[in-house]
Amino acid sequence: MTWSEMRPLLETATQETLYMVGVSTLITVLIGLPIGLLLVLTDRGGPLAFAPANKLLGLVVNVGRSIPFLILLVALIPFTRWVVGTTIGTDAAIVPLTVGAIPFFARLVETAVREVDRGLIEAAQSMGASTITIVRKVLVREAVPSIISAITVTIVAIVGYSAMAGVVGGGGLGDLAIRYGYQRFETNLMLVTIAVLVVLVQLVQFVGDLLSRRLAHR
Amino acid sequence: MIRTTALSKVYRSRERQVTALDNVDLHVREGEIFGVLGRSGAGKSTLIRCLNLLERPTSGTVEVGGRELTTLSASALRAERRGIGMIFQHFNLLSSRTVAGNVAVPLEIAGIARRDRARRVAELLELVGLSEHAKAYPAQLSGGQKQRVGIARALAAEPRVLLSDEATSALDPETTRSILALLRDLRDRLGLTILLITHEMDVVKNICDSAALMEGGRIVESGTVGELLGRSDSRLAREMFPLGTPDVPAGRTVVDITFRGEETAQPFISTLARTYNVDVNVLGAAVESVGGRQIGRMRISLDGTFENNVVPIGYLREQGLQVDVVDEGPATPTESDADVAAADGVALAGKEI
Repeated sequence: MTWSEMRPLLETATQETLYMVGVSTLITVLIGLPIGLLLVLTDRGGPLAFAPANKLLGLVVNVGRSIPFLILLVALIPFTRWVVGTTIGTDAAIVPLTVGAIPFFARLVETAVREVDRGLIEAAQSMGASTITIVRKVLVREAVPSIISAITVTIVAIVGYSAMAGVVGGGGLGDLAIRYGYQRFETNLMLVTIAVLVVLVQLVQFVGDLLSRRLAHR
Repeated sequence: MIRTTALSKVYRSRERQVTALDNVDLHVREGEIFGVLGRSGAGKSTLIRCLNLLERPTSGTVEVGGRELTTLSASALRAERRGIGMIFQHFNLLSSRTVAGNVAVPLEIAGIARRDRARRVAELLELVGLSEHAKAYPAQLSGGQKQRVGIARALAAEPRVLLSDEATSALDPETTRSILALLRDLRDRLGLTILLITHEMDVVKNICDSAALMEGGRIVESGTVGELLGRSDSRLAREMFPLGTPDVPAGRTVVDITFRGEETAQPFISTLARTYNVDVNVLGAAVESVGGRQIGRMRISLDGTFENNVVPIGYLREQGLQVDVVDEGPATPTESDADVAAADGVALAGKEI
């Protein structure tokens, strides 16, 4: 396969990957962040300590993390239809990608927030801060560098998952590498695609690390 | 200003329960600096956390500034907490905010407008001497500077009470002195009432008007520092002025003399030696200036057995001194309190006598 044949394929696939990963990440962060926070807040000794909710939430997250992505992709088809109205295409791939990434990200957020020194929470309480204020001004603010790192890791994971999006016709770079490169023995295309993926992941990691460092005043 | 009645805190876990506070009655008067001294595990931390209900006591009441706190609703309690500043051993500053940003936190919580906040933050930083570091992040400051930020932050909402949780324990001796001096200065200028907990005798000696000794969740001794030091049976006094385990040589009488201030002006040792013609050996002594009075303890040995020395000892007692005859053996239980007293060697004095 020549470069001129490869180029349009690569361009489309890159766009699809960026779109899928971008939208999935956005939704994952919006939903996963509060879940991660709740995991900490409802835990024993937390400001909203409530064991049943904590256990249930933890269970849901663990179940979500246990299911192999390929199975999740298929199992979610009815849900996907309900959400985006279709079960194939890039938009349809975003649903399982997001559902798969949320528990992963939520755990990372949980870890990040747990790392915030308990003394800071105590100090805020001693100033008369409400739980909402503590979450906003202390937990989230102090965990920002770690949360940025968590987002970076999650983006990279979603890039990896998105390779399987081809199963529901989602397209993207991973799919291109599998269908053309692996299944049709187009080794050149496969290598080029992988190279693009490597560059993409490197770029995400570089920007993530930079941001995280910039925001950490340690 | 602060009063607790029968304050108890029991931690229960499945198989055992730990009594961290056992019927603590504490009374801190307005405008005083009150030190609670004790070893780790004595319950000091639990006590100070019960005063602003960071820990909820199992039973008993907590009154700060005339308000009973344990019965307040969550929002009323938050409002009361704004009137009780707190500083911490590890400073507990937000690393994501600058010095000015940290000091502003209580003002934001109190809902003060941005303009007024900036003005107040500048005042507070001036007060603790950190104006030029307003834009620095905590990570760029030294321990002493961080604690100054902590103090400025604790004072931001103009509290009348300041709780200090081992605020100088992570600092070197020199920085400790400067922080203590700042606290005393702030008390004098702002009329604060300060309750501090510490395991360092030096802190109590340096700035406290009153003190309490905690052990096993109880207050075993409390009073003004002057009162405590003037009592020969005071553990605090013994720890403050350790005279060590007495070694009574055969044929000699060892006595501990406690003086409370008024007497030290008199040269009683030389009078004793001259009048009764006895040899007096000073074995150890420590004198401190507390509240403008010279207070301390001295251990001397006299020639002859106790029977031979009844008259000279009677003379000392007549001078208003507290005199205790030391028996052979470890009569002074200082050994178990070595860590509390560790910081203080015996200052061989005699300078006042």
